[in-house]
Amino acid sequence: MAQPEAIGQARRRGDQPHEEQAHASVGFYWMIGGILAAVTGLEVAIFYIPGLGSVMGPLLIALSAGKFLLVVMFFMHLKFDSRIFTGLFIAGISLAIFMVSALVILYHYLPRFRV
Amino acid sequence: MSTQARVRQRDDHYTSTGLPSWKIGFWTFMASECLFFATLISTYMVYKGAAVEPPYPDEILNIPLTTISTFVLLMSSLAMVLALEAVAGAKRMLTIAWLSVVIVLGIVFLGFQVYEFTHFVGEGLTIQRNIFGSSFFVLTGFHGAHVTVGVIWLTTLLIMAIRGKLPPAKALNVEIAGLYWHFVDIVWIVIFTFIYLIQ
Repeated sequence: MAQPEAIGQARRRGDQPHEEQAHASVGFYWMIGGILAAVTGLEVAIFYIPGLGSVMGPLLIALSAGKFLLVVMFFMHLKFDSRIFTGLFIAGISLAIFMVSALVILYHYLPRFRV
Repeated sequence: MSTQARVRQRDDHYTSTGLPSWKIGFWTFMASECLFFATLISTYMVYKGAAVEPPYPDEILNIPLTTISTFVLLMSSLAMVLALEAVAGAKRMLTIAWLSVVIVLGIVFLGFQVYEFTHFVGEGLTIQRNIFGSSFFVLTGFHGAHVTVGVIWLTTLLIMAIRGKLPPAKALNVEIAGLYWHFVDIVWIVIFTFIYLIQ
């Protein structure tokens, strides 16, 4: 059961108590689903376009990041939910991105460690 | 939060933030899962192009097939969020229908993965064949294991819904399962781009 004093504390800090948050409509979720499907189609189309060369990688990563954000913000409701959840997730994902980037740079771009 | 957030949980424990402790714990778990998959993706990326004997990724990865399985998983996420709306809105039949759709799409995704693995083994790519096989099977295998856990979890919720034991007051149960399912989806979004498309 929600504790009134806890909700009061959250309200004073600017966090939204669990039962008072905004929400999206069913139609909006369908729209997000459609966008996700369309972006996936676009990614595959880009994959098959010859001659994109070095542009292809960043383009695909940008589209993938867009899909990632759409799912996290709207399907996982972080857009409408408490910032505490956003903070927790950003902490994890930031560490993950740092770790992947560091290892790839270390083993692919620094000659001493190149695999 | 969505519709389910308007429903107060009777049995829920709330922290001093006014947020359910289970949900805070689950978001923390997902943050740790980010690191788990980051290690597997890093391993794949570090050894990318280091395989000394075939089959190589560009020879064997089936992009059209994986595009379909990616589409299936993305649509299962849509069905999941609609199931959550149905639970919170006390729409039992819709809940059963959307949960069933999520489970079926999850099984279809796993079917694609089993087909892909079987095909790869037939082509000579095993977990021991080369470094590509090792890192690929471990990464996608662990993802598949996560999808399997999600399907089992959602099946238990479907059984509860069929028995009428999933009222709006228990929407948080579905919300947490949904968070897990969406997390599995976003991991696949990353895998699809970095492993399949950027070769």
